[in-house]
Amino acid sequence: MSDDILELTPVQMDALREIGNVGAGNSATALSQIINHRIDMNVPKVSIVPLGDVPDMVGGPEAVVVGVFLRVYGSAPGNILFLLPAKSAFLLVDMLMGKKRGETKNLDFMDESALMEIGNILAGAYLNALFNLTKLSLLPSIPALAVDMAGAILNVVLIQLGQMGDHALVIETQFNADEGDIKGHFFLVPDPGSLDTILAAVGMGS
Amino acid sequence: MAELIKVGMADYKVGRAPAIIISYGLGSCIGVSLYDPQAKVGGLLHIMLPDSKQSRSSENPAKFADTGVPLLLRDVLKLGASKSRLVAKMAGGAQMFAFAKATDIMRVGARNAEAVKKLLKELNIPILAEDTGANYGRTVQINLENGVYTVKTMVKGEKEI
Repeated sequence: MSDDILELTPVQMDALREIGNVGAGNSATALSQIINHRIDMNVPKVSIVPLGDVPDMVGGPEAVVVGVFLRVYGSAPGNILFLLPAKSAFLLVDMLMGKKRGETKNLDFMDESALMEIGNILAGAYLNALFNLTKLSLLPSIPALAVDMAGAILNVVLIQLGQMGDHALVIETQFNADEGDIKGHFFLVPDPGSLDTILAAVGMGS
Repeated sequence: MAELIKVGMADYKVGRAPAIIISYGLGSCIGVSLYDPQAKVGGLLHIMLPDSKQSRSSENPAKFADTGVPLLLRDVLKLGASKSRLVAKMAGGAQMFAFAKATDIMRVGARNAEAVKKLLKELNIPILAEDTGANYGRTVQINLENGVYTVKTMVKGEKEI
C-alpha cells in the first residue's frame, strides 16, 4: 500500500494537470492584479519524483530561495509551497512596497509580511478554483515564511510523504513576471490519502 | 583534490581517506557521521524521520534513524572500521517554519535528533559534537582524512564541529 501514486493512469495524471491549470491560472490572475504586471505561466507539470530529486526542480538543494508555506486543511489535506529565488523575491517586494527597482537587498519584517500575504492570496485563489472544480472544501492555514536553502525548505513538505512512501506527487507551475526577471514556483503537494479524494471528486477515482 | 561523495536525502555513503562525504540543504533532516580516526574510514547518513515503525512504508531503511544508523554502522565496519574506535557527529534537525501551534510533524527535527542520540547511546558510540535545532538549513560534510565535520549555513556562516 505504499507508493500508490506510481499506479496513476495517464488519464488521471491529465485530470490532475487540469486541476493544477485551473488553480494556478486563478492564482496568476490574482497576482497580476496586485502587482499590475502581466504574468506568464507555463502549463503545470504533474510529476511523480523520488523524494530526493524534488530540490533539483528549483535549482538544487543549496539554491537560496524564499519559501511561503501553507498547510491545507479540509477534505483533501496537503501542503502548498510558493518558492521564489531570492532575487525574484526582492524584485517582487520592490513592486509590492512601491520601492525603486533593485532597492530591496534583504527582507525586513514588513517585506516578509507582504510576501506572506502574497502566498496567502495565491493559495486562496488556487484553492477557490479547486473548490469550483471539485466541490471539495479546502482551507489554507496562516502562511509561514523562510529564507534559506531550497533543500531545507522542501524538507518540510516532503516529511509527511516520507512516512508513506518514497515518491512525491507534485503539481508545479512556474510563474514569470517582469520579462522573466521574477520567477516563482507554486507547489501543491497533496497528502497521500488526499489524492483519491481529489480524483474521485472529478470522476476519476480508481 | 579529494574525492567528493554526495549523499542525497534518505541515503547514506561510506568511504575512506582522502574522500569527503557531503550532503546538501538539510532542514529537519539529520546528517549523522561515523568515523574511525585510526583506519580513516567513515560514512554519512541523511535521515528524514525518526522511526520506521510509525511509518506505513519502510522500503528505504536509510530514511529513518532507527533503521538507517545500523545500516551505516554495518557498512563502515565492512570497510575496515573498528566499532570500539568509532565516533559520531551530527547536525540538522531544524524547524524551518515557526507556527504558533507546532504539531508533531513540525517538530520532526527535534524528534529526529532525539532518535539518533538514543540509538547511538544504545550502540555505545560516543557523540563527539552536534549542531542541531534552530530554524535554518545546513549543508554538512565530513572529511575522512581528519574527521572534521563542517556545517555550512546561509545565515550563520560555516563552522567546524
